[in-house]
Amino acid sequence: MSSLIHARGLVKRFGSFTAVDGIDVDVRPGEAFGFLGPNGAGKSSTMRMIGCVSPPTEGVLEILGMDPRRDGPAIRARLGVCPQLDNLDVELTVRENLTTYARFFGIPRAVARARAAELLDFVQLTERADSQVEPLSGGMKRRLTIARALVNEPDIVLLDEPTTGLDPQARHLVWERLFRLKQQGVTLVLTTHYMDEAEQLCDRLVVMDGGRIVAQDSPRALIERYSTREVVELRFTADDQGSYAEKLSGIAERFEVLPDRILLYVADGDDALAEVHRRELSPASALVRRSSLEDVFLHLTGRTLVD
Amino acid sequence: MTSVLEYHLVHYRRTWRSSVLSTLLLPLLTMVGFGLGVGGYVTAGIDGVSYLDWMVPGLIASTAVQTVIGEATWPVLSYFEWLKVYFAQAAAPLRPADILGGHLAFMMFRVLLSVTAFLVIAAAFGTLRSPWAVAVLPISVLVGLAVAAPVVAYSASIRSDSYLAILIRFAVLPMSLFSGVFFPIDSLHPVLRAVAWVLPLSHGVDLSRAATLGVNPGLDGLWQLLYLLVWCAGGWLLALSRFRRRLVV
Repeated sequence: MSSLIHARGLVKRFGSFTAVDGIDVDVRPGEAFGFLGPNGAGKSSTMRMIGCVSPPTEGVLEILGMDPRRDGPAIRARLGVCPQLDNLDVELTVRENLTTYARFFGIPRAVARARAAELLDFVQLTERADSQVEPLSGGMKRRLTIARALVNEPDIVLLDEPTTGLDPQARHLVWERLFRLKQQGVTLVLTTHYMDEAEQLCDRLVVMDGGRIVAQDSPRALIERYSTREVVELRFTADDQGSYAEKLSGIAERFEVLPDRILLYVADGDDALAEVHRRELSPASALVRRSSLEDVFLHLTGRTLVD
Repeated sequence: MTSVLEYHLVHYRRTWRSSVLSTLLLPLLTMVGFGLGVGGYVTAGIDGVSYLDWMVPGLIASTAVQTVIGEATWPVLSYFEWLKVYFAQAAAPLRPADILGGHLAFMMFRVLLSVTAFLVIAAAFGTLRSPWAVAVLPISVLVGLAVAAPVVAYSASIRSDSYLAILIRFAVLPMSLFSGVFFPIDSLHPVLRAVAWVLPLSHGVDLSRAATLGVNPGLDGLWQLLYLLVWCAGGWLLALSRFRRRLVV
């Protein structure tokens, strides 16, 4: 029993709709574990089951060696939860949001006050400690929600899309704080559909689609397995990019024709581009870049828009 | 559960100022307006007591109900739909019963505050005729809970506040008018009288009146007490099942 979260054949159904369709997951102590997937993939339903506010329909789920069906309150006492939408009390002060929440965990008032001060320092909100939450910016509210999730010194912190809707500065600040937590040995479990976020934070991740896990590994290993080292993006002036497809054959391991550009998945982008020019195909623009998790994600879950 | 009550009290510390005026103003206006104004016309009194003395205990019970209605409607809806406060609490080690119980406990605290204020002012105007008047405090909590619990269940079942307007117009307002607060129930049409007896407030009014006038309510009083407890228990079970349904899915 070395994993903090252990799931086998985990299923969540709402009526006839299956949100999570038999997933196996193991989260080890101290790692940052990510659930990736498009909207409706079952990430949030999985997180809610792990957060012990949603009983599994079928399968095995053990958290901290306990059974969420029976030991919900005992497990929740050791979790920190940062939900997708901030549910802070906007009429209380920043500090009161932390101290009142600490009381739900049976933390003595004096300890709660001391911890609130530490956490406000950690999320850089000390100056706003006694102002109301209402006028705070989105990034500040999110940092406060993260601080609130840490008030019980949890063994596992659950973060559901921690940076969705934040501006770049705010996102980087949240990432940096989460990275510090990880360094302190806190186990992080997060959902995201930002690939850069997953690459920045996650040691290991699973890609979910339609309630199932379609791939799992470290970001690096996933890129190696499901994509090539580099990608060449070509744009041609002609309306029909597809007409170039034939002329490009043999250059790439795999290529993808999109309405506005053609992607070549190759080991060496510069070599491939040289070959393109040698065939006198002169694209209007060409970009050589490293393969990213986004390529893996799109490869595995498709380009169809999911709402 | 106490930590949830504590949360609501911290919250109230920020908002109490706006409620304190109405808490004190209503009893004062009642004394002057009804006692001296309306009471001047009802010179014969009711059941052998002056109109003001007769009406004040009923109005105290009605105040208990008004107080919980304020807290059991929009805030409950908002804590589910808009502010999501209950969901934040459910992520902590609290159970639905703690979350519900803590909020109801806070409502009873509000009842005690407003009823105490009313009693003090009523005493100052000499309208309390018996030391039994202190029994109005537990009676008000009982009738407050008998109304609060089912109303919380209702507020937890709806998604839009237009349903609250329906509740206020078709349940709360008629109950306040026809529960024997301002005139005896006996003077109502039998159908309305039956409605008044089914709803909880009229029983709270009778018990409060017996207390401030120092009249023994007898066995009827005991049945009324038990009937209010049935409303409390039924309302609690309904509300708890609604809370479970919303918070554990």
